Amino acid sequence: MEAKLLMGNEACAEGALAAGVRFYGGYPITPSNEIGEILSSRLPAVGGRFIQMEDEIGSMAAIIGASIAGLKAMTATSGPGFSLMQENLGFAAIAEVPCVVVNVMRAGPSTGMPTLPAQGDVMQARWGTHGDHPSIVLCPSSVREVFDLTVTAVNFSEKYRMPVILLMDEVIGHLREKVTLPQPESIQVVERPRPDCPPEWYKPFEDTKTGVPSMAAFGDGYRYHITGLTHDSMGFPTTKKDEVESLIQRLFRKIRQGFEEIMLYETFLMEDATAAIVAYGCTARSAKSAVLMLRKEGMKVGLLKLSTLWPFPRVAVESLPEQVQELVVPEMNMGQLYREVVRVGHGRFRVKKVSRIDGELITPQEIIYGLKRRERK
Amino acid sequence: MKTEHADVYQYLRHEKKFPLIWCPGCGNGIIMGSMIRAVDALGMAKDKTSIVSGIGCSGRVSTYMDFNTLHTTHGRALAFATGLKFARPELAVIVAMGDGDALAIGGNHFIHAARRNIDLTAIIFNNSIYGMTGGQISPTTPLGSIASTARMGNIENPFDVPKLAEAAGAAFVARGSTYHVDELDELMARAISKKGFSVLEVITPCPTIYGRNNRLGNGVSMLKQQRDSLVSMHDVQSMSPEELRGKTVLGVLADLDKPEYCEEYEKLMERAQKA
Repeated sequence: MEAKLLMGNEACAEGALAAGVRFYGGYPITPSNEIGEILSSRLPAVGGRFIQMEDEIGSMAAIIGASIAGLKAMTATSGPGFSLMQENLGFAAIAEVPCVVVNVMRAGPSTGMPTLPAQGDVMQARWGTHGDHPSIVLCPSSVREVFDLTVTAVNFSEKYRMPVILLMDEVIGHLREKVTLPQPESIQVVERPRPDCPPEWYKPFEDTKTGVPSMAAFGDGYRYHITGLTHDSMGFPTTKKDEVESLIQRLFRKIRQGFEEIMLYETFLMEDATAAIVAYGCTARSAKSAVLMLRKEGMKVGLLKLSTLWPFPRVAVESLPEQVQELVVPEMNMGQLYREVVRVGHGRFRVKKVSRIDGELITPQEIIYGLKRRERK
Repeated sequence: MKTEHADVYQYLRHEKKFPLIWCPGCGNGIIMGSMIRAVDALGMAKDKTSIVSGIGCSGRVSTYMDFNTLHTTHGRALAFATGLKFARPELAVIVAMGDGDALAIGGNHFIHAARRNIDLTAIIFNNSIYGMTGGQISPTTPLGSIASTARMGNIENPFDVPKLAEAAGAAFVARGSTYHVDELDELMARAISKKGFSVLEVITPCPTIYGRNNRLGNGVSMLKQQRDSLVSMHDVQSMSPEELRGKTVLGVLADLDKPEYCEEYEKLMERAQKA
């Protein structure tokens, strides 16, 4: 493939098409609009379907309906719309419906600053919908990574039969970079497990070795029931303690078995580092510059860049080299992932945070200052 | 329409999900029976038919019926159904909702599904109340009615469901009742077979909650009240405008030919693939 200049949101649309997404339902919201706009003309050309729904509640509902009909389905939004999607995100979690929700984060709360970036939805992406449920949340920090993680998000959603959230920020969504996309045939595309048994044997929510039951599309001859109520292995409502417990436990178990492939992260110049910057999204770009600047000064600093935010990749923090004593977590929020880093560090590191919540990017200098600054007692 | 011979049992999950949760005297079972008789009369394949429902007493119909069934979130049944139908247009999709479900929390999805004219059949089980949650006022509770959130009488105006549906763009609008069952079966079949967004409002009694609060008696007396207060579609022709004034009329209230969403999208796809 030849190199081209691509915007983050464009790469997201390209990634979705490459991963086999054939249904998009969405509602306009800045700064995610380009994704829907591009797919509105690209999808019908490849036999896919685009619909502009009446709101984000309907968008989320429509992609779940489409996924149940057998299509890979996606929506894209930003903060206020993401809030509206939370109820049906919970439906997708308990009914185990594969789908991808892209949230291009903007500054909040509420209407906030629609054109300015933030990373304030990290916790919402994990816990926004009510009740206990596992989450997979991926966060890219370059245009090429947007493409790759969109494909990965679709693949994870199909493999684990659950909603997957691609958490971008406005900077990455609107960033233009020269990128070379992978050859289509080199892209690994995953399909949901489908039943091969006779319809009368089919148990739509059966426990399996992987914890992931096979999924029949409506219309394929496997008539069954899907509900947001807590259900038994046949899909029918239940309040029996053993059936309830085993359902919720299975939802967690199915991703726990895949932790190794789900928890994506990279390290940079960590071998001899005594301090590390833990960063994600657009902030990881400033963090990389900060590392290079500090290395020039002779400080042994490395970068831990997280591409998966949830499940929190604790192994990435736990496996930092022994000599690392200090961590700094720059985030465009009040310290949402900082607390996670503290939690999994178990007191092994001094952890500092660098927060900006004014819609401005965190600069490398600010990260350097944060790292050098003495802790306030 | 001949309805006596429909083999209702083959369409029910009678071994799995019965007895049902509806109260004695509730009209929901009559509507479910009518849905089954219509599907049977139309010769629809179970595998190619989907029942989508919302939340509330009516929401349970999807559990009892042996089709591809989807029990969604409160008010969102039409939005789920839109995705399902649009992704797989060969499926016949029937959406069952209550009055609060379809018109309060789901009001936005209702008017937009109608505007889009997507080929769904929306059946509104209108019992004038939130039954499952204990009898709060709904968007169709009549003025002055007693409810658990309107102990001194409801002061909010109810929706006229057919007028709302027609104004929003539905291709087919009808009203039936659980007393006029043969008529209901006929309307049901017409609503399901109509290409485009069809709305069938079914007036159904809730003796346990609405009836008790408003001293309307049991299910049988509430059915008799339907007989006395509603005008059957067969009687409308012979009645004068004076006689009809203030009466609620049953029957087909709108039947229009307009472009259907999925078909229009198919044309758009053809154009996009040629370009």
